Amino acid sequence: MLPAGVFVAAFILLPFFWIAVVSFTNRTLTGRTALYPEFVGLANYRRLFDFERFLNSGEFGASLLLTGQFVFFSAIVGQALLGLTLAWFFYQRRGWVQSTVQTLAILAWIMPDVVVAFAWFAFLDRDGGTLNQVLALLGLGRPDWLLALPLVSIVLFNIWRGTAFSMLLFTSALGSIPPSYLETASVVGASTWQRLRDIILPMIKTHIVTALVLITLWTFNTFTPFLLTGGGPAFKTELVSIYTYRTAFQFFRFGMGGAVGMIMMLVNLGFALFYLSLLRAQRGRP
Amino acid sequence: MSPGVRAASFVFGRIAFYVGACLFAAFFVLPLLWLTVAPFSTLANLSVQWPDPWSLQNFERVFQNRFAIRALTQNSVIQAAGGMLLVTLCATLAAYALSRAAIRGTEVITYGLVLFSSVVTGTAAMVPIFLMVFQLGLIDSHLAVILVFTGGLLPAAIFIMRDFVDSIPRSYEESAMVAGASSWAVFRDVALPIVRPGMMVVGVWAFVNIWGGFLIPFILLRSPDKMPASVAIYSFYTEAGTPLITLTAAYSLLYSLPVLLLYLFVNWKYGFRFFGGIKS
Repeated sequence: MLPAGVFVAAFILLPFFWIAVVSFTNRTLTGRTALYPEFVGLANYRRLFDFERFLNSGEFGASLLLTGQFVFFSAIVGQALLGLTLAWFFYQRRGWVQSTVQTLAILAWIMPDVVVAFAWFAFLDRDGGTLNQVLALLGLGRPDWLLALPLVSIVLFNIWRGTAFSMLLFTSALGSIPPSYLETASVVGASTWQRLRDIILPMIKTHIVTALVLITLWTFNTFTPFLLTGGGPAFKTELVSIYTYRTAFQFFRFGMGGAVGMIMMLVNLGFALFYLSLLRAQRGRP
Repeated sequence: MSPGVRAASFVFGRIAFYVGACLFAAFFVLPLLWLTVAPFSTLANLSVQWPDPWSLQNFERVFQNRFAIRALTQNSVIQAAGGMLLVTLCATLAAYALSRAAIRGTEVITYGLVLFSSVVTGTAAMVPIFLMVFQLGLIDSHLAVILVFTGGLLPAAIFIMRDFVDSIPRSYEESAMVAGASSWAVFRDVALPIVRPGMMVVGVWAFVNIWGGFLIPFILLRSPDKMPASVAIYSFYTEAGTPLITLTAAYSLLYSLPVLLLYLFVNWKYGFRFFGGIKS
């Protein structure tokens, strides 16, 4: 208990308060302000939320907006919906087909970051990439994914990368529904859609909330798209995580980077509290 | 429905099932296809081509890159194995204490920790983590990487371990106590053997996470001889920043092997599924 407590305190709790302090200073890596950072109040935050250039390309607002789209399409629509579809598709159809598809999804999930990024770099290549070869066979043209459709590329990438989690979660959730419920519904003539809406979705509501919150948090904080696009072209895939990195470790403005990190944590905290309140509301009901 | 219609709809349903399954499988497998053939072809480019002839020459050339091999066989192993041991040890002790201690609200502590750890993520906290490690004088050391990963992975590890510890019937320990065993002996001889599968799961999970992690070593390490494979892979890029495709592909495959083997091992031994915890 004690050693674990020390680690958690040192690397989880401390950074949270440290970042709050750093974000109010003009600390940099080198130079005078590295040793004697000055207290600058809300200057970093004011700079981030400077409304005249807030939404310009490469600024914080643009990055935040981009991250919102990325999270919505790749986590909420993509991973959660595809995971639920997969779980429902293979419901009560266990066998080698199901385990093959599951294994493939899990592989996509557990491979190292740099390897999947590199594999996708090849997959999306304009001339020789597997995706365009398939599209060309179907007569659908050869878009230059990473240059012309960068956001679509990282959204697809993230869906592919993370669907395994919601698939596994929803599969185990569906497994906990007594089959007799669905059989009874079939007997009285309920359609597939009615069974899904009236029996399955209400019964796995907690799982859906859990999955949504966790994958939203993970997607919001992911750094892996950096390995695929480097945030470019022209900041078009610069998610907030990449913006933090660029501010803090390429321009070495730690104060400013700390302010961005602080905002990220507040957003995270918002998600977490929202999750807790939903869970509590559910427990309250019999 | 007449029997004929029913048979037809059954056949149609089967066909739809296999077509759907193929589409899903294609979505997941196509991006990885390239990785299975490119390492074995000396002429590999970014397209999927059957190697002609199959050759291991790419791997030979990878092994000539001492820096990258050292990263793979030493640095990554030190960091991932070190983190794995530390996470498993601390998580087991903490989960045992949280499960057995006569303190109220340990449930809340565990949940709170997990939530908080998903709030303070490596990406959001990269600035303070870097500054802390900098202040401790641990920049550019294996220890820094191990400690930071341990801190980040512990809450979830404790969460997983608790499920295993909670499943031990208290009567086992009580009988041992009655027989005169000390509390340490109870932990070692009664609890530990039962939670071993849990330690296995947590250990593998921590190993895979650290092994694949990029950002933390990328910002905390400076000297090339301490870089893990996730960062060292960029040594196969030319000065212009374009990858030597053949070598990068071969190295990627080598680097993924431990993860694939661990997956096969866990799948064979326990079946890959969710171990409680996230159950409602």
